[in-house]
Amino acid sequence: MHRDEKDLLMGTVAARMKAKLESRFSPELLEIVDDSDKHKGHSGSSEAGETHFSVTITSSVFLGVNRVGRQRLVMKALSEELAGPVHALTIKALAPNEE
Amino acid sequence: MTDSAAPTSADQFIAKTIADHAVVLFMKGVPDQPRCGFSAVTVQILDHLGVEFVGVDVLQDDDLRNGIKTFSDWPTIPQLYVKGEFVGGSDIVREMFQSGELKAFMAQHGVLED
Repeated sequence: MHRDEKDLLMGTVAARMKAKLESRFSPELLEIVDDSDKHKGHSGSSEAGETHFSVTITSSVFLGVNRVGRQRLVMKALSEELAGPVHALTIKALAPNEE
Repeated sequence: MTDSAAPTSADQFIAKTIADHAVVLFMKGVPDQPRCGFSAVTVQILDHLGVEFVGVDVLQDDDLRNGIKTFSDWPTIPQLYVKGEFVGGSDIVREMFQSGELKAFMAQHGVLED
């Protein structure tokens, strides 16, 4: 299958985020959704996408950690992406057995 | 209500703002005209609960925009402070609102309008 350049570029940021979150949190559940399409034309959006993400992550690392602490942990793990291509990140960080 | 951001030092300005006002939202744009969806949602929630707050537009000043991230150890905008305490960004505000916790939290801190 021939893939054009855009296909090859798409998903590299998400893949990097996935690798970092997996290595840091050994999550039971990890979902990364690229919301960039919903933000076309907004500040910080780019034609290539991969600027706006939602992350849902379930990990025992979050046990006994409050909301602010959980988000800080996730944002620290992704600090390079947040300082670079990622303009907005929505995070839902759960401990096992939480809704 | 919006404070203009012209501090000699961003840290001093932030510390003074959160000391002087019970509820402060560091945001992109002003409450009447937010310039980012996440800031807009947070403003809507505060308005809906009837919380009087001061909006600080971080887009007015690059030192402030970067300074608030270091000050709070939090890399994104908006950021909500209540009685000098960092509450969170838009995800946390939305979660707390949906679960009813935010209203209780604001009531506890005596910042709900009658």
